[in-house]
Amino acid sequence: MWKNFPLFPERASAMAWQVDGLYFLLIAVSAFFTLLIFFLIFVFAIKYRRSVHPHPVPIEGSLPLELAWTLLPLGICMIFFAWGSLIYFQEARPPKGAMEVYVVGKQWMWKFEHETGQREINQLHVPVGRDVRLIMGSQDVIHSFFVPAFRVKADVLPGRYTSIWFRATKPGSYYLFCSQYCGTQHSGMIGEVIVMEPTAYQAWLSGGGATGTMASNGQQMFQQLGCATCHRSDTQGRGPNLNGVYGKPVLLDDGRTVMADENYIRESILNPTAKIVAGFKPIMPSFQGQVSEESLMALVAYVKSLGQPQQSEPVSNRPAVPESSNAQ
Amino acid sequence: MATAVQPVERENYLNSNYGIKSWLLTTDHKRIALLYLISITAMFWIGGFFAMMIRLELLTPAGDLVSSDTYNKLFTMHGIIMVFFFLIPSVPAVIGNFVIPLMVGAKDLAFPRINLLSWYIYMAGAITALTAMITGGVDTGWTFYTPFSTTYSNTHVIGAAIGVFIAGFSSIFTGLNFIVTIHRMRAPGLTWSRLPLFCWSNYAAALIMVLGTPVIAITLLLVALERAFNIGVFNPQLGGDPLLFQHLFWFYSHPAVYIMILPGMGVISEIVTCFSRKRAFGYEFVALASIAIAVLGFLVWAHHMFVAGISVYAALVFSLLSYLVAIPSAVKVFNWTATMYKGSIRYETPMLYAFGFIGLFTIGGLTGVFLASLGLDVHVHDTYFVIAHFHYVMVGGMVMAYMAGLHFWWPKITGRMYPEAFAKLSALLVFVGFNTTFFPQFILGYMGMPRRYHAYPPEFQVLNVLSTAGASILAVGYVLPMIYFLWSLRYGELAPPNPWNAVGLEWMTASPPPTHNFDETPIVTWEAYDYEHQPQEEVTVGH
Amino acid sequence: MATSDIQVAEHAFQHHFADMEQQRETSTFGMWMFLLTEIMFFGGLFCAYLVYRASYYQAFVEGSQKMNIWLGATNTAVLICSSLTMALAVRCAQLGKRKLMGWLLIFTMIFGFAFLGIKAKEYTEHWENHEFPGPHFHFQTGDPQHPATDPVHTEIYFSLYWAMTGLHALHMIIGIGLVTWILLAGMAGAYSPIYYSPVENVGLYWHFVDLVWIYLFPLLYLISKKHGGA
Repeated sequence: MWKNFPLFPERASAMAWQVDGLYFLLIAVSAFFTLLIFFLIFVFAIKYRRSVHPHPVPIEGSLPLELAWTLLPLGICMIFFAWGSLIYFQEARPPKGAMEVYVVGKQWMWKFEHETGQREINQLHVPVGRDVRLIMGSQDVIHSFFVPAFRVKADVLPGRYTSIWFRATKPGSYYLFCSQYCGTQHSGMIGEVIVMEPTAYQAWLSGGGATGTMASNGQQMFQQLGCATCHRSDTQGRGPNLNGVYGKPVLLDDGRTVMADENYIRESILNPTAKIVAGFKPIMPSFQGQVSEESLMALVAYVKSLGQPQQSEPVSNRPAVPESSNAQ
Repeated sequence: MATAVQPVERENYLNSNYGIKSWLLTTDHKRIALLYLISITAMFWIGGFFAMMIRLELLTPAGDLVSSDTYNKLFTMHGIIMVFFFLIPSVPAVIGNFVIPLMVGAKDLAFPRINLLSWYIYMAGAITALTAMITGGVDTGWTFYTPFSTTYSNTHVIGAAIGVFIAGFSSIFTGLNFIVTIHRMRAPGLTWSRLPLFCWSNYAAALIMVLGTPVIAITLLLVALERAFNIGVFNPQLGGDPLLFQHLFWFYSHPAVYIMILPGMGVISEIVTCFSRKRAFGYEFVALASIAIAVLGFLVWAHHMFVAGISVYAALVFSLLSYLVAIPSAVKVFNWTATMYKGSIRYETPMLYAFGFIGLFTIGGLTGVFLASLGLDVHVHDTYFVIAHFHYVMVGGMVMAYMAGLHFWWPKITGRMYPEAFAKLSALLVFVGFNTTFFPQFILGYMGMPRRYHAYPPEFQVLNVLSTAGASILAVGYVLPMIYFLWSLRYGELAPPNPWNAVGLEWMTASPPPTHNFDETPIVTWEAYDYEHQPQEEVTVGH
Repeated sequence: MATSDIQVAEHAFQHHFADMEQQRETSTFGMWMFLLTEIMFFGGLFCAYLVYRASYYQAFVEGSQKMNIWLGATNTAVLICSSLTMALAVRCAQLGKRKLMGWLLIFTMIFGFAFLGIKAKEYTEHWENHEFPGPHFHFQTGDPQHPATDPVHTEIYFSLYWAMTGLHALHMIIGIGLVTWILLAGMAGAYSPIYYSPVENVGLYWHFVDLVWIYLFPLLYLISKKHGGA
């Protein structure tokens, strides 16, 4: 590939080949049909030009042809549909045991926080060959997390979490673009994802900078905000016991069941009356506007850590699971 | 059928009375079409100027020509003007307005006064939007995504939103007029199955105008209210849902792309049949494809939101439906091509534009299939791939069709022929310039260059330079017709009633037509595009 | 009478139509198309309402309990009566009973003004209680035993309440204007049994606006009587 004039993006994730494969198939099919149409127009225009073909032959149409060029494209499209959807579902379902990084987008920078507590701005260090799941929220407007070399993208929304995952396959530094227009410095909201060999990554991790893990920071918040007075670790609290709640179905007051994913925990902090756990009263006040986006993520990380020692079971697919997005 | 050139001084809609009042208070659909022609041409040049500024800025990777705020305003205003004030009214309000009553053998549209009102509403919307732009501009993107537009932008969002809101009613009234006219005003014998395909496609577009436009109107009203009173409906900090805006916005704005392309498809159907001298291949299928596109078009809006955080199952359904809407478009392309088979083809300018349309629309449509594919859309969404795709459909398709239609009906509208040689040259320039501008953007997009970037990494530069170079060719291609059309008004050869020897009621009256269109209400006894029974004669004008 | 009817029709006839029958059908068809547009126009708001009611049911219940159901019910009755007088007015136009039509239109307008008056009273109450979205919004339930559980999202309820009823009230004002127009034109003898489509179309519009209220009333006023909803 030409050094200063690349025509194709790098491939640096497990997903990239799949996306490119579909892309190449689509290019081949599109090129075939485009050339076919161009060729036919060209041939007809020359062969049947007025000077050599003055008398048109009346033709009304042809049902077999109409059926053919309705059904054939439809069939081809269904192949694309199936393949495209398979890729999308893979992208939407993070593998178990992925390491998690929390991302906050704000005008106009990316903030990252690792589970171990390291914080970064506009740079994300990840180890090669490891599944990485990002849990993302925005502090202001909609942003979009886009790493072309990984072929992944997801909008980062205010007011809810979205998530995305990738497994980098090649050490190096890759562009991280904000691809959803977000204001003045939109085009300056460029970061980089730095993929490192596992040993180098360990060295980077131990390089310090962390002030306690996210879960421990979250625990402090939990105490400070007085959550612990009601959400006790026994059954006597006025609010439900949160031990082991993450990743499990929760039975609600009105008989429905929802999956306790990150978005559910977030919603329960900011809009507690939306989903009342069966057997409890709607007495919890809303914390909307009282906790910053980062603190909220720490709280979520803490609640997730409760009763789940070192085992994160991912349940949230990229957007929230449908049950929780259509609340009540 | 009159074939002789009419005497010059025959009374027609242009010379029946004079004076500014006779134009500004006219209820004649032909004069209103000309009012629209002048207004949207002005808007096209304003939007085109913004486009040139964008391309000039992108000549270099650094953001050096204009500031980032100015750049953001440029692409926003380019989008708002081109979408709402040029593309949506272009073929319907100019060509449709002029030709549809003639095609159905009526003296006017069903509601002539509402037709005039729609032009005044359009002007009110345009002036409101332009005022917002002159007094400071808007920087939200034409999509007005919340919460940026409602809370964070400090530009004239309300003014622009109200401008678009007002212009929406002009579109509603035009669509309403078309639907009612096509239902109720057809000449005796002109059954639905004899209706020109241009009427079918405008009918389909009109359905979308009537059913879709009010939704964007109320949505933009809510955006304005949210900005003015902070009502919380789209503000996540107050519990509002930013995605609700996107759903409501695309519920109109996706079908709106079919408002733009369907009438263009109708133009192509008229031209391909005329210059191949054949019936439209698979007439019923082309006609029904228009309706299918309009109906399915309402069911695919969320394919703009595959990475926006919607549920994976919703995405699955919308992806499937998006593939379905591609099929009727493919059917049309195949039928146009088949219409040429064993025809008797002439290369007049409208036909050259039609060739261009079919080719470019095919590329635009096929790249749409890339975007409907979920896994691939994740990568190319919001990149230059999308920009290239919709410019292929909108500029390569729609504007080509608009130019084709203008050339085709220019003799009918003005009574003068345009200079054929210059017109062919401009068609060629537009084709070459267009491809040079937008093809590189597909490659840029797949490489990952996001849209709406004021500055970009240096490795994207070569393709951007190519794109800007193409844009300058394209600009020349558009300036040229502007000049020779104006020239032809005075110096063009006088046009006979039917310079292309075409069938269709609009060619059976004088050029330009008399105020009441037909001296006698025509009675239709033949099928659409009945070229077999049309006497074969070569009327060579304008060579 | 017959000759004057024909004169009226001739005067109203627009020459791009083939005959009066076509003109009448066309204008009625156009009105129905316009009402379709109107449905979609309100549809956007109804859609927003449904989404947020589903997400913030509790907040919506508490908001709706601050509505004055009696005033709302009275207004519903007023509008239904106005639709009756409007329908009768159209019938009178059809039969050429000009004077009776005039009276019925006047009654329709009175009902329309009554609706707006009652609505204005409700608006004033909400305004004084700070139940208007924006910086001064402040929400308390009427019952000190049950403080508001979710005032932040009750603001969305009130935003939609004001937007939906406001848009409806705007349509009512336009409707009263239209009724005034056909009243004056009718008194001046513009309509006859052969030509009365403006009356018919204004009637259609009036019934549509009425119908919107029939949906707004239960959706905004009658969500739930119980505390805590459910």
